[in-house]
Amino acid sequence: MDYEAELLPGTLDLLILKAVSLGPLHGYGVLLRIGQISGRALLIQQGALYPALFRLVRQGLLKTSWDKSENNRRAKFYELTSKGRKRLREETDGWNRLVAAIASALAAQPQEI
Amino acid sequence: MEPPGRGHCLRPRRATAGNMTAYFRSLAGRFFHRSETENDLEEELHSHIQLRVEALERSGLARAEAERRARLEFGSPERFKEECREAIAGNFIDVLFQDLRFSSRMLRKSPGFAAVVILTIALGIGATTAIFSVVDATLLRPLPYPKSEQLVSIQDNFPGVGAQDVGLSEPEWQDLQRSGIFEYVSPTWFDENNLTGSSQPTRVRLLIVAPNYFALLGAQPQLGRAFDPQDHSPGFIPEVVISDGLWKRAFGNDPNILSKSVRMDTDLYRIVGVMPAGFDAPGRTAEERNIEVWAATSFYGAPLSDHPARNRRNLPTAIARLKPGVTIAAAQSRLDALVASLQKQFAADYPAQNSWTVRLMPLKERVVGNVRQSLVLLLGAVGLVLLIACVNVANLLLARASVRGREMAIRRALGAAQGRLTRQLLTESLLLSLFGGTAGVAILFLLKDFLLRLVPENLPHLNEISISWSILLFALVASVVSGVLFGLAPALQASRLDLNHALKQEGCSTGSRGRARTRRVLVITEFALSLVLMIAAGLLLRSFWDLLNVQLGFSPQSVMSVRTRLPSPNDPNTDKYGTASQEATFVRELIRRCKMLSGVEEVAIGDTASIPLDESLRDLKLISEGQFLLTVEGHDVQGDHSTVVERSSVSPDYFHLLGIPLMRGRLFNESDYDDTPPVAVINQAMAQTYWPNEDALGKRFKAVKAGSPWITVIGVIANARTQSLAQAEVPQAYLNLYQTGAKRLAILLRGRFHTAAIADEVRQQVQALDPTLPVYGAQTLDETVSASLSQRRFSMELVGLFALTALLLAGLGIYGVISYVVSERTHEIGIRLALGAQRRNILHIVLRHGLGLAIAGAAVGLICALIVSQLMASLLYGVRPTDPLTFAGVALLFIGVAWVACYVPARRAMKVDPMVALRYE
Repeated sequence: MDYEAELLPGTLDLLILKAVSLGPLHGYGVLLRIGQISGRALLIQQGALYPALFRLVRQGLLKTSWDKSENNRRAKFYELTSKGRKRLREETDGWNRLVAAIASALAAQPQEI
Repeated sequence: MEPPGRGHCLRPRRATAGNMTAYFRSLAGRFFHRSETENDLEEELHSHIQLRVEALERSGLARAEAERRARLEFGSPERFKEECREAIAGNFIDVLFQDLRFSSRMLRKSPGFAAVVILTIALGIGATTAIFSVVDATLLRPLPYPKSEQLVSIQDNFPGVGAQDVGLSEPEWQDLQRSGIFEYVSPTWFDENNLTGSSQPTRVRLLIVAPNYFALLGAQPQLGRAFDPQDHSPGFIPEVVISDGLWKRAFGNDPNILSKSVRMDTDLYRIVGVMPAGFDAPGRTAEERNIEVWAATSFYGAPLSDHPARNRRNLPTAIARLKPGVTIAAAQSRLDALVASLQKQFAADYPAQNSWTVRLMPLKERVVGNVRQSLVLLLGAVGLVLLIACVNVANLLLARASVRGREMAIRRALGAAQGRLTRQLLTESLLLSLFGGTAGVAILFLLKDFLLRLVPENLPHLNEISISWSILLFALVASVVSGVLFGLAPALQASRLDLNHALKQEGCSTGSRGRARTRRVLVITEFALSLVLMIAAGLLLRSFWDLLNVQLGFSPQSVMSVRTRLPSPNDPNTDKYGTASQEATFVRELIRRCKMLSGVEEVAIGDTASIPLDESLRDLKLISEGQFLLTVEGHDVQGDHSTVVERSSVSPDYFHLLGIPLMRGRLFNESDYDDTPPVAVINQAMAQTYWPNEDALGKRFKAVKAGSPWITVIGVIANARTQSLAQAEVPQAYLNLYQTGAKRLAILLRGRFHTAAIADEVRQQVQALDPTLPVYGAQTLDETVSASLSQRRFSMELVGLFALTALLLAGLGIYGVISYVVSERTHEIGIRLALGAQRRNILHIVLRHGLGLAIAGAAVGLICALIVSQLMASLLYGVRPTDPLTFAGVALLFIGVAWVACYVPARRAMKVDPMVALRYE
């Protein structure tokens, strides 16, 4: 059985931005892409994706267009805006700093204090 | 190390102000083009599930299993749709729009329901706003003068002898001016004058003030200038300021008015200023507010005394402006110290038993103080109506909620959040109440002119009553509060929805038990509230009725009064009516001429205080009229007797004309002249007050004023309610007009004549004697009596109207509940009938249910009414606040109305066809 981690609150938006930054995707595609790039380690309730997508569109980080999907179905595609690209950079930096900080905190040895 | 705060929090950012317009445009767009977004959302979620199904099929699952798995993995589409909508909407306003759209759709679906609710609320908000606009104009708004909170009224009292508002003397005015407490002090002295020069002599309302009066009020004329505040010359300044009304009426808006002079009481005055339209003097009555001419004096020098005496209180009242930063309380304590030192310094002028005090009160309090209680009563009454309307609407909404129970249950089951539904319902009721409020204000706007005519004339600031922003704000707040109030019960009910139960029920009504209880409580509340209102109205009605039917002690039928006024010029040499005997000659001749008019049977002349129940000049402290302080011969100390009596001067036929019987002694006769000793006729109340257990005949009294002659009592007449309908025994002294003289004359005529024509005939007779005299104010005595009741009538009519509205609403409320109970129990009633119950029994069951509610409501209401009626005790006459007849009568009326309201649905219950009822489910 796969080990599937629950998402930390707030990280779904970051994952969506990352997934879409690799190329325009429709909703189901975002889900597949996240699964692919995370090594299927993260558990996402499929429906929960959409409120997050709508939120990001509203903030102007994503833009949408209707197009044909790979199996010739009409689908809504999400694409990163320049604002979204900037946000992704900021959020990634922030995340890395946080991870580094937490990691260093967790690695602390008694003699270092 | 840099704090790990920035950047890693993945929260949405706020939109900047720059794209606000775009935001609002998209907001509007979203409001109107909703269905497109909704379709897209639908399609997107659907296509996701389809893609997933196909992927699962490719991995080898059967179609049906793949669909099942896909849906399971996706979760509740309804819940996510709702979340998506919120994400699209994103904030409060968007969700509000969404709810509003939904609400208006729901209301359009049931227009009858919406109309009833909106009308009920319109009624409540409209009436409340109407009364509030009056309260706002009179009680809430400051007086229309700059920094009006610094304006005070000065009132001198002699509490030791029970005398209020005794006026002040010129030296005392100077003391106040020099005290350092006030910026300005101005005595005000209401008078009337005869304005001659135009085609017809007219009587004008004159206010004699100090030269600083306009500076004190901070008022500027629209034309010309005001008096010079520093002017301290003796006598009357030969200048006047006139009102905009007089400028229009008597001078036809003449732009060269400032070069004109006017002749008033034969003296010549130059017009120096015209006050703007809408400038009112601060006064308690319409007469006192609508001043037409202001004349200024420093209250010494001819025709006044050159060296005014300290104990000659000839300045009726005074107003003042406090120095900046001085509070009324601080001013009062400094004033008390001043009064104490003056009393020590001039002990002879201030007899200790008077215990002279000077009271300051906000000028506004003096102007509106006497209408406050009735206005607060009206506001309370109309507030109750609004509350009852809210309860009624809550009831209607609850009935509807039971129909919509399934809708709510299904939405809940499909994943709508609880808070969302409650919010949705509240939005709906707010929408209703705002529609109702708008309708109410609109109706008010249309009926404004009609409603203003109902307001009695003596209410201050009448011309300021208008639908202003503050009124609209009040209506808005009232609408929102009532919307929340009546929306709360159904919304909370919906939140306690039991899903299992609701969905299992096949019928359309759900959650009925809790709701039914709430509705019963609401009906009881409604009944209690309207009962309180009805009892208040009943008590006022009884007071009014008792006043109308009181034994007057005189007969007003076919009596008419017409007024005229003799001039009192500043120069005594030009005064044709300087002595009482000169006046008496005129009066006798006028009586002789009036008696010859066709239809006239009796004529008497008196001063204006002699017109029974006339309130037009009451409380104006007219010189030589109304109340006076007296000393009784042989009584050194007055003890606890009031030494103030009402006085008027009348001609000998006065008592016979009014039908007031003589009890002892004699009336005036033609041999009482101004050179014979002064005589008086007093009423029994005065005889009992000053000479209890003694014969009043031959006793003597005199005015406190120095140099007044002793007056001998020659007759005692029966008490009559000539001063106040509500008071039976007001001590009253009548002096002989031929001995005292009087400037303001009332010609009383009894007979069968044409009331419109007689005024002109009297005018001809008066002006045949002296063409400079104005003739005005013709009124039948019945009209005078009716006018004295105008304020009571206004309160009673409005409270009565509100009470009837409340009764109607309460009746509708109980009707609704019982109808609902009947329709809900149709099945049960059918079973009962099928099992052999008598139809009469069914009727009884339903009626008992309804009457039970009514009686419970009445019981609660009676207790509340006991409290409320105590608070309004001072507005009542003749009835006690706990009048058992009113209480029992109103309670019975209520039970009757409830019985009728329940009987209609009860008969429907009785006629239930068991077969239909049983098949119904």
